[in-house]
Formats: sequence, C-alpha cells, structure tokens
Amino acid sequence: MPDEIKTLSSQLAQDPASLVFLRLGELLRQKGQLDTAHRVALTGLERHPHLPDAHDLYARILADKHDYERAFDEWDMALRIAPDHVGALKGLAFLYFKVGDVQQAAAHLEAAQRAAPDDPGVAQALAIARGGGTGEMGAAAASRGTEALTEPEPIAPAAQPLEEARVFAGLEGAQEGLLLLDASGRVLGGALKDPSGRDVTEAVAAYLAGVSQEAARTVKLLGLGKWTGLAAEGHLGHVHLAPPTSDALLLVVRDRAVPMGRLAIIAQRAALAARRWLEEGAHT
Amino acid sequence: MTTAPAGYGKALDLITRVRGVRGAMLVSAEDGIVVAEQLMEGIKGPAVSALAASLATRLRRAMEAAGVGASLFWHLQAEQGALLVVPTPGGTLVVAVAEPDVNVGLVRLELLRAAEVVG
Repeated sequence: MPDEIKTLSSQLAQDPASLVFLRLGELLRQKGQLDTAHRVALTGLERHPHLPDAHDLYARILADKHDYERAFDEWDMALRIAPDHVGALKGLAFLYFKVGDVQQAAAHLEAAQRAAPDDPGVAQALAIARGGGTGEMGAAAASRGTEALTEPEPIAPAAQPLEEARVFAGLEGAQEGLLLLDASGRVLGGALKDPSGRDVTEAVAAYLAGVSQEAARTVKLLGLGKWTGLAAEGHLGHVHLAPPTSDALLLVVRDRAVPMGRLAIIAQRAALAARRWLEEGAHT
Repeated sequence: MTTAPAGYGKALDLITRVRGVRGAMLVSAEDGIVVAEQLMEGIKGPAVSALAASLATRLRRAMEAAGVGASLFWHLQAEQGALLVVPTPGGTLVVAVAEPDVNVGLVRLELLRAAEVVG
C-alpha cells in the first residue's frame, strides 16, 4: 500500500486535475492518515465539485473523523448529484443507524440495494437492519469503511430521526424557521417567528398562498420544466421556497449569516422530510 | 425592443452579455408591464413580466412579514433554467432569464449593477 500511495501521489503531483485523488484519498483513509486524506479529498473536491465520488470520499473521511454533520452534508450532496450513488446511500444509512433511526437506515440500504443488487455488504447490512440488530449492523456497516458501531449516539441535528408526529422534528430550526403549507396557504407544519420573537406563521402563510402555482406557471411559460426552488436574499435574512409535492410549499428562513448555498441544502433536506411526511399521511 | 431611455439598454447589456443569459427585462413591479427588454426569440416577455411582478409582490410581502426585510435578489430555479430578479428602490424589477448552468453569482452582480443604473 505505501508504494501505491507513493505512486498515486506522484501521479497527482504531475496531473493535479487527475481523478487519482479518489484512490489516493481512500488509501490514506484506510491507512488512518486522516489529515492527509482530508487534504487530498478537499483539493480534489475543489477541482471536481460536481463529482459524486469526490463528495463520497470526503464524507467517509469526515465520518472517520467523527464529523458526522458535515459527513451527512457531503453524502447528501452526492445524492443530489447522483440519486443512486451507492456509497452515499450506504453512508447515510450508516449515519441514520448511528443515531438509532433503523427505519431510515433500512430505507437507504434498500435504495442502495436497488442500485447495486449484487453488493453483498448492502444485503448483509439490510438483513440485519430489518432484524433490528445494532452491534451486528455496525459490523456490516463497517463495510462503509467507518468504525464499527456500538450504541447509537446523538449527532448532527440534521441527521436525527424524524418523529412522525412533527414534520420537521430533528431538523435544524424545526421550531421556528421551517413552514409547510398547502396550495391555499394553510399551515401543515412548522412555525415561523420574526426577529423580535413574534409568531408570524399565519401572516407569512397567507402571503405565500398561490406562490407555488405562479412559480409553476412562470417556468412553464419560459419552457424551463418544473420549478425546483426559489431562493431570496433579504436585508436581514434569507428565505428558500421549495415544492416538496406539486400541491405543497415549503419555506425555510434563516438570518443572513447562513449562506444561500447552505440554505439550499437545509431546504432540500427539509423538503425530503416534508415529502415523506405528506406521503405517510401523518397530517391527516 | 420596447422604446425606453438609452440608459436602460445599457443596463440590459450588462446582463445579457453574461454567458448563459437568454434575455433580460426591466419590469414595472407595480403593474407587471415591460419597461424595456432584450429577449431571445420565443420568450413571451409580457406574460413573463406579469407573473414575475406578481411573484415579486407576494415574496416581498411574505419576507417583510417574516421579518427578513424586502428582497434584494431572488432566484427562481427550474429544471431547465432560471429566472433571476433584482428589485430596485424605484419600483422596477431587473429580470434575467438564464440557462440552468449559468453563473448565478455573476448574473446577480450584473443585475445589481443594472439596478443601480435604473434606480
């Protein structure tokens, strides 16, 4: 392995745009040289920001460094680029398992199995997840390349399990920065407060009624396909609107310190939770 | 091209020269009427401007109610492109229609520059 690392390092030095950083980063990670692996992965990611394997590699290194929140973001990003990315699905399954959400872990493993039916590691982990095991699942999930699991532990809020009773439970800002509306502006979930702490949920919901339809009409008129999001910068904060389903609207509000890109990721994750919640019919 | 002050054409030039921008418009935020436009053929300027103005109004009211202030820039994302808008203090919307892979940051900057010209 050291020889291969040396060879790959040399190749990367000669051609910094090469994809050998993926193999090199993985070898360094496996060898436990996490800081070096981190640098290699990050540099590669800067050159190839749209490469799902680069996000997957970086996520694995972050997970090994116990930076689970950022690992979640990276795997989430890999899936946004490539929805069937097996590594990212396994990685998210690992994180969900780690926080004790076996159901979500199994769902991600099922998706991974659909994408890679011959992967024995996925099948093994899935069998154990369905059986509700913990320690054994950890061993199976170790095929992910992270450490063996023991007991679930609390990690990033964004990766915590969702409670069925509350659409945004466990998501960042669930109490006052996320709002789910139906097509006519009725609140389905979440809440919103202005900077002074006043509840503005109903007022904002009323103004947003019809936005989804107008956004859909506008992009249709322009021949742009379906609308996927509406991001807006305000003087004091940012908002992001997304359609979790064709007849629902999700609003995420954050202060200006949260970059728009980060806000888009938060919104994407919240939209996923909202869609799942709507599909489960938990609001009825 | 709608008849409009010469400075408006210059403002729109700032935007349409960005690679991936299919057209730009100045729209009256109050009534959704096109003030000036430089659009690629096939884009229905008056209809798009009316909807953009309506969206802008709803968004402004919602954002003000949410306590984040009036919008400085908004970006409607779609599968095959985007609509990017900067409202000016004088009640005009500076609008760009763009391809999906456009440099959003660059378009935003040019929209803001154009908004300064329009006022």
